[in-house]
Amino acid sequence: MKVVFQRPTALTERQTHYCPGCTHGIIHRLVAEAIDELGVLDKAVGVASVGCSVLAYEYFNCDMQQAAHGRAPAVATGIKRVHPNNIVFTYQGDGDLASIGMAEIVHAAARGEKITVIFVNNAIYGMTGGQMAPTTLVGQKTTTSPYGRQAEHCGYPVRISELLATLQGAAYVTRVSVHDVPNIRKAKRAILKAFEVQQKGLGFSIVEVISTCPTNWGMTPLEALKWAKENMLEYYPLGEFRTPEEVK
Amino acid sequence: MAKQLMKGNEAIGEAAIRAGCRYFFGYPITPQNEVPEYMARRLPEVGGVFLQAESEVSAINMVYGAAGAGARVMTSSSSPGISLKQEGISYIAGSELPCVIINIIRGGPGLGGIQPAQSDYFQATKGGGHGDYRLFVFAPASVQEMVDLIMEAFDIADYYRNPVMVLGDGTLGQMMEPVEFKEPKKRDLPPKDWATTGAKGRKRNIINSLSLVAEQLEEHNWKLQKKYQHMKEHEQRWELYKCDDAELVLAAFGTTARIVKSVVNQLREQGIKAGLLRPITIFPFPDKAFAQLPDTVKAFLTVEMNTGQMVEDVRLAVNGKQPVHFFGRTGGIVPTPAEIIAKAKEIMGGVR
Repeated sequence: MKVVFQRPTALTERQTHYCPGCTHGIIHRLVAEAIDELGVLDKAVGVASVGCSVLAYEYFNCDMQQAAHGRAPAVATGIKRVHPNNIVFTYQGDGDLASIGMAEIVHAAARGEKITVIFVNNAIYGMTGGQMAPTTLVGQKTTTSPYGRQAEHCGYPVRISELLATLQGAAYVTRVSVHDVPNIRKAKRAILKAFEVQQKGLGFSIVEVISTCPTNWGMTPLEALKWAKENMLEYYPLGEFRTPEEVK
Repeated sequence: MAKQLMKGNEAIGEAAIRAGCRYFFGYPITPQNEVPEYMARRLPEVGGVFLQAESEVSAINMVYGAAGAGARVMTSSSSPGISLKQEGISYIAGSELPCVIINIIRGGPGLGGIQPAQSDYFQATKGGGHGDYRLFVFAPASVQEMVDLIMEAFDIADYYRNPVMVLGDGTLGQMMEPVEFKEPKKRDLPPKDWATTGAKGRKRNIINSLSLVAEQLEEHNWKLQKKYQHMKEHEQRWELYKCDDAELVLAAFGTTARIVKSVVNQLREQGIKAGLLRPITIFPFPDKAFAQLPDTVKAFLTVEMNTGQMVEDVRLAVNGKQPVHFFGRTGGIVPTPAEIIAKAKEIMGGVR
């Protein structure tokens, strides 16, 4: 019998703790498929961050380090500098990367650190219970912006891909989404490309993935996918912001 | 090998390289800048990597990554920078990673000053960051001793899978003294089969300090405590100077101990039988040294460049058997022999 679908070897058999309808499961799978397809599982080292994906070291079937809140790019830098031939990636949410870890991500990109960052942006702090994130949209209600995010009070959401794309060391910067199947397929190609950029030693690569949080958005999984498409993509447009010639 | 004249901060760098350190992550702060500058020049010559991080916070997390990847790695800073590193140090201790951290202490609190101080004793010896952990802490008193202890520090870090901190101050960092580099006594070091090097041909490795099950976290804590207990039993180090017939024992570490040594000589010339007890490890604190003191001891005087920190450990070690006095200068002021002698005479006048 021909096997047409199976768990990627880069994922463990561990059942994830993610909420029903959360897109972390999809994104984990895409990263794992990319690792499998490139055949780099035995030289991959992942860095888990703090937030919903804090337990990612339980799910990715490779060597892993768990990093302090926001510090994953610094930890990945330490690993990559010691073992330049390893494939080193971080998996970070928007609170971790775009708020407390802003210095680490900007400077890892500026240095052209040869690591790959998977940046999951769902515009909210999930693990701590739905607080306002640096990526929360204006008007969006969270537990710490109960009247909706007010720009005059707490400013505007940060567009990380656009910001990092200004840096010469950031070789590959792209934003994708997983709100529907065609976009999931595009996201997969972007993640593959990001790892290829690292393999070729071209510099820093980041894939920003627009994601959902049905639990803290207070929606069903389907409503959440629809909300992401209708509200997030306007502020966070999809596409490649920087692509090296070698992988075009 | 012939001795060479070296500045303290540069000797730190060379000692680390001779001990096999090939990775250094740092951030500029006075008065330790010669350490990263030396490493920036020397590490590429030996195939290593020097990287100037964007902050002390990033530097210590790069150390975490490199240590977790199995490397011999060091960082250095001075007091305010060491405070910033505390988050990472706690994670490193919790994940049981080996590394060496240099603190060339300056006066505090806050931004403080840049003159020599010893006011980070509590921070260094009682953990420093959050959670129940300890660093292995050396307090050298000369450039030569700093070199010897740093060369050994990497082995100790690997042996215990624990961060080792070496304390200095602006005086030790900036002064030039003749040094030679000698191989430390060999320790049996376990292979780093836990490092994240890529899981080719073995079970995958995870570097982690998260433990959501309280029973497991408690068990992990007891395991750490067992390690610290082992250090207390086997690693205490100290120097006793003219203590054989001493009536007044002065306790001091680092730069202050050098001043106190000359104070001991001057006091003896003036008829006061003084001695010096100099802790070389301050965690583990050398409480065994106190058991070696003669019955002639009538009182202790702890001298520090702070407002009284190590004196608490001295009091615990003396355990109420004799009075323990304190003299300190702080904020970057180095105590003079004359003022220490005056304090000693005041105490001994009272005892007689």
